[in-house]
Amino acid sequence: MGNKQTIFTDEQLDAYQDCTFFTRKEILRLHGRYHELAPHLVPMDYTNEPDCKVPLALIVNMPELKENPFRNRIVESFSEDGMGNLSFNEFVDMFSVLSEMAPRELKAIYAFKIYDFNVDNYLCKEDLEKTLNRLTKEELTPEEVQLVCEKAIEEADLDGDSKLSFADFENMITRAPDFLR
Amino acid sequence: MKKGRRDPEAKGGEREEEEEQPEMKRCKTAKRRKNIKNENARKMEEEEEEAEVRNAKRKKKHAKREKGEREEREEDGGKRRVKEKAREGRRRTHTRVETSSEPETSEEDELEEESEESEVRPESLSPEELEMLKEAVYERKKLVQGLRGKPWPMKEKLVTLRESQEFVEKYEGALGKGKGRKIYAYKVMMSKKWMKFQRDFENFKTACIPWEMKIKEIESHFGSSVASYFIFLRWMYGINMILFCLTFGLVMVPEALMGRPYGTIPRKTVPRAEAASAMDFAVLWDFGGYAQYSVLFYGYYNNQRAIGWLKFRMPLSYFLVGVGTVAYSYMVVIRTMARNANESGVGDDNSFNFSWKMFTSWDYLIGNPETADNKFASITTSFKEAILEEQESCKDDNIHLTRFLRVLANFLVLCCLAGSGYLIYFVVRRSQKFALEGLETHTWWERNEVNMVMSLLGMFCPMLFDVISALENYHPRVALQWQLGRIFALFLGNLYTFIIALMDEINLKREEEKIIKFNITMWEASLYNATGSENSTALPVTFHPADVPRGPCWETMVGQEFVRLIISDTMTTYITLLIGDFLRAVLVRFLNYCWCWDLEAGFPSYSEFDVSGNVLGLIFNQGMIWMGAFYAPCLPALNVLRLHVSMYLQCWAVMCCNVPQERVFKASGSNNFYMAMLLVILFLSTLPAIYTIVTIPPSFDCGPFSGKKRMFDVIQETLESDFPAWFSKVFSYASNPGLVLPFILLMVLAIYYLQSTSKSYKEANVDLKKKLQTQNEENKRKNKLAALKAQTDLEEARAATQTAEQKNNNASLQHQHAEEEEDLGSSQRKNGRPPPSVRHQDGRPPATRAPAPRTLHPDTHRSLGYLPGGGFPQQREPRMHRVPSLQRH
Repeated sequence: MGNKQTIFTDEQLDAYQDCTFFTRKEILRLHGRYHELAPHLVPMDYTNEPDCKVPLALIVNMPELKENPFRNRIVESFSEDGMGNLSFNEFVDMFSVLSEMAPRELKAIYAFKIYDFNVDNYLCKEDLEKTLNRLTKEELTPEEVQLVCEKAIEEADLDGDSKLSFADFENMITRAPDFLR
Repeated sequence: MKKGRRDPEAKGGEREEEEEQPEMKRCKTAKRRKNIKNENARKMEEEEEEAEVRNAKRKKKHAKREKGEREEREEDGGKRRVKEKAREGRRRTHTRVETSSEPETSEEDELEEESEESEVRPESLSPEELEMLKEAVYERKKLVQGLRGKPWPMKEKLVTLRESQEFVEKYEGALGKGKGRKIYAYKVMMSKKWMKFQRDFENFKTACIPWEMKIKEIESHFGSSVASYFIFLRWMYGINMILFCLTFGLVMVPEALMGRPYGTIPRKTVPRAEAASAMDFAVLWDFGGYAQYSVLFYGYYNNQRAIGWLKFRMPLSYFLVGVGTVAYSYMVVIRTMARNANESGVGDDNSFNFSWKMFTSWDYLIGNPETADNKFASITTSFKEAILEEQESCKDDNIHLTRFLRVLANFLVLCCLAGSGYLIYFVVRRSQKFALEGLETHTWWERNEVNMVMSLLGMFCPMLFDVISALENYHPRVALQWQLGRIFALFLGNLYTFIIALMDEINLKREEEKIIKFNITMWEASLYNATGSENSTALPVTFHPADVPRGPCWETMVGQEFVRLIISDTMTTYITLLIGDFLRAVLVRFLNYCWCWDLEAGFPSYSEFDVSGNVLGLIFNQGMIWMGAFYAPCLPALNVLRLHVSMYLQCWAVMCCNVPQERVFKASGSNNFYMAMLLVILFLSTLPAIYTIVTIPPSFDCGPFSGKKRMFDVIQETLESDFPAWFSKVFSYASNPGLVLPFILLMVLAIYYLQSTSKSYKEANVDLKKKLQTQNEENKRKNKLAALKAQTDLEEARAATQTAEQKNNNASLQHQHAEEEEDLGSSQRKNGRPPPSVRHQDGRPPATRAPAPRTLHPDTHRSLGYLPGGGFPQQREPRMHRVPSLQRH
């Protein structure tokens, strides 16, 4: 760090490195990005762990998330209050899970959360419809959407309750060739 | 009914299993606590006070634990579901983190307390307790290591981390006794230092990966398929860097520093006839003149066995580096392939077509609006295609047409390949004729015809193939592989025609060499005679080395050819990049203001980044490096330079003048496809190199192996002169066919065995998969049947109630209303929402009431009882909703 202003103590950085998939430099850069989002809200000095949160509207405008059809869901599922306000801890957490170093299992857990729009711990038909509409920008006709959702549930539903539990989802997603490259 | 019941039942079973474990644990902890209490009693007063406080705390916690016991047990086993996680997360916002009932933390708290008490006198611990403590420390350490993979919120992770670090710090030193303790402490300290070093090293390593930011930026603009090219390019750069280090450090530098300097012997001097033009740029550009007589090429190296004060074995080193280059490349490529294969694993079955499309088709790396739009469009079309396929899965009305078109396309491609092959052969033949007549009489084009034709073919044929492949109507990923395969065949054909032509030339040179050799002996004899007659005692007059006649040195010629090829290839790549991408983009951009149609959206538009072509270009370039590196040690250096420049140039070109692909698709798995092609190229390019090394005798007056019969004789020579006699004996025994053949046989057998086992594994895998699938289907069917049965039951019951109702109806209308009201009220109280039912139904017979809700209620209550607000109604709503609807239909 040298004579630069200290943002984190060494212990904090070490702790973050233990808890995430990032290196020291990346954590500092993340803080920079976080600070950029709301310079008036976020202090530069994090050594005494200030309590501040950045609202959803600012976070989803990051270029990394801006084009993502699920941006709101991503931010919401990582926020503690479920409304999308992220503290720095949660911010780091989000990027750690989204980083390429994170293992498949972890990604599957959070992917399930992201696709679970109504937070009932099941992917039901409405969730799938919402997912599909976001993926295709609502260019499919309602009948087509219906068909695709039914097919998807039929394929992946193992216990026959016509909605996908996490076990179903995990079973399906871990075999996908495109999931995590 | 069964549907509803199934779930809690299954859960109950699980819970029972999990219950046992914590029960045992609690017994143990209670025991320990007793011990410690006794101990405490013996201790001083102030400590007692402290202990009391702690006890109180523990009691509080205990009470709390009792309350949330059920839930804890559920979580205690390794089976933590996301559902529970989510609940937990919500709960955590309300309860203090430190005293949370999260299983691990709570248990650890307990342990910590215990050890806090015992800390005062670690010696007084019984070995059993010590063992426990050790275990706890070990557990903590493991927890810290696996912390980053835990799906907990960051706050909790940080707290857990701090706690367990403190714990470990405190009690690690207390373990071990007497003498062992010191050693233990030392060990702990060293391991801490080691961890720190490792972390720093990791940080350093990631900082050393070049172009990471650039590639990430491209990834976000163009999706992962374009980025995969750049990652591949970087990987190649790494390999070439190592090859360059090998040749540079072990061949070029020693020769330049310790070998005889330039101009001392004929092979290190520019001949008199060429000396005048040796410094001309045109000659140097062609790698003639001074460039030819330098460390860059094979011919410059001397055949002196050991050079310099280090006694560096130059010829041996040259040979070993040549072999090592190839061996290293094989190793790296195969290792990478194996790793990729492991990663990709299974995933060929098509059973989750729609779900995969839905959940994994978005490329989370995209951050550019245009790319995102393209991606949306491509996802939509892919869904539409899938729907179409699903709807008419057996549409074979125009399959004949498709087949015909595909055959036609392949025929056309074959024609192209044959034509290009013939063209190259023709050009090479013609250039040989020109070469015999002397290069100076011809124009620039005639001199560089071969390279130019090869480059032009490599440029235009892929475009042609692209047009042809439009006929075939494949999925883009399949189409890409076909396209790659075709371009591969084209390049390969070209390369091999080139090599065959080169072989012809080598043979010509060798004929020439024979004549020159004869002439030289004549010349030497005449020289000797002349000097002998003049002055019989003095040595022969020393000639300037530039005047000594010399052979054609075919090795240098081969090296030069390859270097020229690489240079021209690089040039054409860069020029096409500049013209085809940059100029086009500029024209489209600025002519658009004064043009009669929209250039940006219409015909020329901007170019897309051609992943397949670029990857193949890279692969073939590498193939040429491998082929020529033995005869021109400068090739890896040149290639490193080229890759470095093209990294920057292409990054720039992609970002400034390309548009994202229209059909963006992810590059999953195709990496191994590239690798497979690289392996094939590696094999095919080492083949001719090895052939020339093994079969053709080296030139008599140039290169490190001059004067030997074959190049590999250098090994034997070293064995004979540098190693003790017994070693060469052993070696000769080991290398006789009687030993080598059985060894090869053994290896073949081993390969066969491994292959057959892997095959059987694969079969078993497929079998298991099938079993799983059938089981799933069975399950589904069963569930469906059960649901159907329940429904029919319901129907019957309803019919029964309806008849009963009709009887009652007239009798007590008033009464019915009251009852209905009551029923409504109760269900409202229960559900928090009015039942979505038909009004005129009354008096549900108790027989039809499902036992499901009853078993469900307490469960949900108990497991959710700890939950504040939030998740409760959300959790219950769907279930409650379903039960009544099932009953009433």
